[in-house]
Amino acid sequence: MNRNQYDNDISTWSPQGRIYQVEYALEAVKQGSAAVGLRSKTHAILLALKRSSGELASYQNKLIRIDDHLGIAIAGLTSDARVLSNFMRTEAMKSKIMYNRPLPVYRIVSAIGDKSQVNTQNYGRRPYGVGLLVIGVDETGPHLYETSPSGNFLEYYAISIGGRSQSAKTYLEHNYESFADADVDELIVHGLRALHATLQQDKELNTLNCSIGIVGQGQKFEMIQDVDLQRYLDMLGPQGTGDQAAASQGEAPMDTE
Amino acid sequence: MSFYPYTDNGGSALAIAGEDYCLLASDTRQSGEDYKIHAGYVPKAFKLTDSCVYAGVGFSADGVALVKRVRQSIEWYRHAHEKTMSTPALAQMIATVLYSKRFFPYYVGTILGGLDENGRGVVYSFDPVGSFEAELHKAVGSGAELIQPFLDNQVNLKFLPEVERTPLPLDVALQIAKDAFTSAAERDTKTGDYLEIFIIDREGVNVERFDLKRD
Repeated sequence: MNRNQYDNDISTWSPQGRIYQVEYALEAVKQGSAAVGLRSKTHAILLALKRSSGELASYQNKLIRIDDHLGIAIAGLTSDARVLSNFMRTEAMKSKIMYNRPLPVYRIVSAIGDKSQVNTQNYGRRPYGVGLLVIGVDETGPHLYETSPSGNFLEYYAISIGGRSQSAKTYLEHNYESFADADVDELIVHGLRALHATLQQDKELNTLNCSIGIVGQGQKFEMIQDVDLQRYLDMLGPQGTGDQAAASQGEAPMDTE
Repeated sequence: MSFYPYTDNGGSALAIAGEDYCLLASDTRQSGEDYKIHAGYVPKAFKLTDSCVYAGVGFSADGVALVKRVRQSIEWYRHAHEKTMSTPALAQMIATVLYSKRFFPYYVGTILGGLDENGRGVVYSFDPVGSFEAELHKAVGSGAELIQPFLDNQVNLKFLPEVERTPLPLDVALQIAKDAFTSAAERDTKTGDYLEIFIIDREGVNVERFDLKRD
């Protein structure tokens, strides 16, 4: 490939109008394990697959609480996610101190976009290697956003990022029309089905490799982990093979990114 | 006519620690220089956690600034440790915050009322630069000299004939607090208007408001 000439630093364009360093950063997000987000009229939820490097290791946390009304799921470089989440926490507190009201979701997401963009245009810097799914509730209701190393961000009804996330997207695309009026439990089951679609053959969702985050009008951001997950996994029913969820829609899941 | 960075906004607060509860009461009057009254209802006491209440009496702006800083620290602690700060930990932290301004102090008499890690009531009191101590009862503010001796007598049963010590029930402590304030409101010009009483127990924090004399 001819891109070796144009991929050495962030401030070089390729003749096709691409900045390869940014695209390489996006690759880091795709290498992370899957995270799914979806929302209804009253709630927004996140579900994530936790990875462990081996039997002796713990499972990496994917969900971070930012404030009572804000939470994120991460995919990519965990250390970069820590920096961004600390930034978000500081901004959330500043908002309460200065304006006496919780930080509107759009504000913090666009602040991350602006912060991320700086690293795509200054020589010697590198983009943040993490994509976030941000859920939050403000005066205009529940929201779900995706942010990326490029500085782009977009609002969604449902989205997934990370490894094999296309399979989850397919499930979400087929089912999103029923999300708006779903109650929290139904939303979670949809999310778990979407997450399940990203699993490799013979793997299953269990209380160790899963985590759920919920925020809603009148409900503070709450994380569900470990034994508390069992009740939702039971609602999911028998998991069978990885094809089960999408196959019930009459289509085999795609295993590509 | 030069700028002086502090003002005394007056007011009083007290806290009483019980066996399984804590009570923190403060008036809500904000006074100005001489005999002026700025407002009748400006709260001085704030809930920090489900097991701790803070009151900062003296220079109102510093009392408010201090509680904002403390609340931020509680939030960062919660992010880092995924749990709420305990009352003794909060007390230690507040002392460090106060001392950090040793050479331009927060002009407040601070008290913390809450439950310790065993669920027993505890009161911490601080001077403006962070010297602190755990006690069973404390009064701060313009009416402190009037209220503290009353608490020594009624809560600690000092200077009364020796009696068997029984734990102070909540309703008795509540009456002591109300009587302390009605008396203080009579004799201290800067105490009055409304009384807010925070009760902290195993169930959480409840607050009630009562009238005080408005003169």
